[in-house]
Amino acid sequence: MNCILAGVGGQGTVLASKLIAQALMALGHQVRTAETIGMAQRGGCVVSHVRAGADCASPMVPLHSADVLIGFEPAEAVRCLPYLKEGGTAVVSRRAVRPVTASLTGSAYDGEDMLAYLKANVPGLILIDGEAVCAAAGSTRALNVALVGAALRALSIPEEVMEKTIEGAVRPQYVEINRKALLAGLDAARKEEE
Amino acid sequence: MQEKFLMGNEAIALGALDAGVGFVSGYPGTPSTEVLETVKKYNDGSVYVEWSVNEKSAMEVAAGAAYAGCRSMVTMKQVGLNVASDPLMSLAYVGVKGGMVVLVADDPGPISSQTEQDTRTFASFAKLPVFDPSSPEEAYRMMAQAFDLSEKYATPVIVRATTRVCHGCATVAVQERRAVKPAQGFQRDTQRWVIFPRTSFLNHQKIETRNPAIGKELCSSPFNFIQNAAAGRRGVATHGISYAYTAEALSLLGVRPPLLKVGTPFPFPEDLALNFLRSVDEVLCVEELDPVIERELTYLCGKHHLPTRILGKQTGHIPSAGENSVDAVKAALAGFLSLTPSAAPALPPPPQLPVRPPVLCAGCPHRASFFAVKEAMKGRKAVFSGDIGCYTLGNAQPLDMVDTCLCMGAGVTIAQGLHRVEPDAVNFAFIGDSTFFHTGIAGVVNAVYNQHDIVLIVLDNATTAMTGHQPHPGTGKTMMGEISQRISIEAVLRALGVASVEKADPLNLDQAVSAVRRAAQVSGVSAVIFESPCIAVTKPAPALTVRAETCVGCKQCISKLGCPALTMEGGKALIDPSLCTGCALCSQVCPVGAISAPPRAQG
Repeated sequence: MNCILAGVGGQGTVLASKLIAQALMALGHQVRTAETIGMAQRGGCVVSHVRAGADCASPMVPLHSADVLIGFEPAEAVRCLPYLKEGGTAVVSRRAVRPVTASLTGSAYDGEDMLAYLKANVPGLILIDGEAVCAAAGSTRALNVALVGAALRALSIPEEVMEKTIEGAVRPQYVEINRKALLAGLDAARKEEE
Repeated sequence: MQEKFLMGNEAIALGALDAGVGFVSGYPGTPSTEVLETVKKYNDGSVYVEWSVNEKSAMEVAAGAAYAGCRSMVTMKQVGLNVASDPLMSLAYVGVKGGMVVLVADDPGPISSQTEQDTRTFASFAKLPVFDPSSPEEAYRMMAQAFDLSEKYATPVIVRATTRVCHGCATVAVQERRAVKPAQGFQRDTQRWVIFPRTSFLNHQKIETRNPAIGKELCSSPFNFIQNAAAGRRGVATHGISYAYTAEALSLLGVRPPLLKVGTPFPFPEDLALNFLRSVDEVLCVEELDPVIERELTYLCGKHHLPTRILGKQTGHIPSAGENSVDAVKAALAGFLSLTPSAAPALPPPPQLPVRPPVLCAGCPHRASFFAVKEAMKGRKAVFSGDIGCYTLGNAQPLDMVDTCLCMGAGVTIAQGLHRVEPDAVNFAFIGDSTFFHTGIAGVVNAVYNQHDIVLIVLDNATTAMTGHQPHPGTGKTMMGEISQRISIEAVLRALGVASVEKADPLNLDQAVSAVRRAAQVSGVSAVIFESPCIAVTKPAPALTVRAETCVGCKQCISKLGCPALTMEGGKALIDPSLCTGCALCSQVCPVGAISAPPRAQG
């Protein structure tokens, strides 16, 4: 199992990859991960790699090998699409994050081109309305866990395993919000797939 | 024995603790920082841990502890080793008593660094043994061996990891923690501990005799090995994370050629490498940074008159710069082994992707400081020398306020040289608080002594922000949980004789601009200390809002500040409440007063 998480610094990709890694370990897999830490975290592109299985030597997923791509942002999903293998699943938040450079130059980047490209090229695409799932969870910062929820089936991680993982990984006062986000993501993905 | 899911840097720290380390010092630097932080996290009080003011100090305090017989470790990134190179080069001659490991994190890419230097090369220059882990698991196991080797030969030993090992996570089998090895204490021996030309001559001879012996010993190290011996006449030699990439690429290609893996590149395990070279006709060396193994194998072929062809970076078979990947290694191996890998289906070209250069956070006080200096110097000839830290990001548009950046502390001194050649410009040097203590102070002394004319802008956000908020001498907090006396940057500057020192709040734009104007009038060294804490460790104020009916859509807030929280929506400025920290800088820039803080809650 190979999973790529692609987003923008500050969106919470690191926690999401940690949750997936820990859940996969709880299921008895050997896991490797790689994170972007440092300067790129300040609003730059960040990519996390999560790998499970004894044959993974590298912490980084090779191209055309990801079973699941979790895109926190449409353009970042497109940027990392070469990692997705044929027949893989891409779970992508619809909401575009405009870089400061776009606001400065008046560039009209709004993610629509990217969504159209994803729709044309990824048969296993699950689009998530980030704002709706965050509203359901009651927090604007819950997108990361909601996307994990939306990717659970593709990752073959049972819901209760991830709930337990969340309980162990976040502070008690945030467990409920994250559980709601997880379920909101899971529901949204289920509806998308129907 | 226990299995833990650890980041490479955590594995290194636990490896050191499990080897009985009693003293750990370092200076933060990506990708090394988490090593020392992990030691602190697991410290039961028996280990002394400190963030030193710079890598030179860190190296020296760790050496002192090792002189007294304690197992010590010093941590830094590769450019930090340059700062610590003076004590290290001499320490190689003097040696240690307690085991001493110098943990250096290299950064192929580079991803978060100024250089792509290779600490394996540094180790051979310093004549010190070096371990090069290929995974977090191996990094953990190497630590105990590195300490043992250090004590056996009474020499510091380098363990150098690279970003993908440091920041990769894996399941690591961890031993029972060994107690801190009791230290004998310092025993006077001037022949040993006082470096003199005569003793250095003798020690140099000993080192040159000892290193080949260590190389022989390391031939049987579990970190150096040959796989698939005699499985063909074309072999692969590799190291570090490239070993992991190679292993995976070979499995994807479905081949198992002879492979030499080198985990101790200096002293080089020559006998093992010779066995390998004699069994093959050609070798592809898969390395990151310098072609260390490639040069050693080429040298061995010459020394032993072997016809084996050595390929790699020097022959254009492996890229000379940047990091490797499974895919790049797979392509190189396929070419070398005359294989044709199945082509993956190509995607159509994507629409133009937005570029995302890293930027200062929304509400970052550095943005306000840079903007104040820019406003104050409007219409004047000025050069802005920057330094290393988050504030290097002041180079981004629209601030565009970093004209030079070289290395830690260099902004202060570069500005002095620039000004001597071009005295009609106002020369600014921006420096952060941690960098000021690291190597900035000497530059200020130089400026005062040599009567240079610069304006020093200290960006004091009360933390070492870029590497993840470590304490420093100005914060008064130590890694042992104690509160020490805070060292005042203002008092230091005054004591050094800086002609004019002013403190200002960068988020008060008028006050900040006037302070800069006054400082720029002073001839000689003047300083403005902009004090405002890093927003990542401060509770944010309520987000500001734009009154759409007042906003005229002039975009000045966006085009002057480039704050990530500000965007245009339907011809009006819009503030993202999830990003805004309420710094209120934009409200001071808005020409029509359309931006304001929400009314303060009563009570």
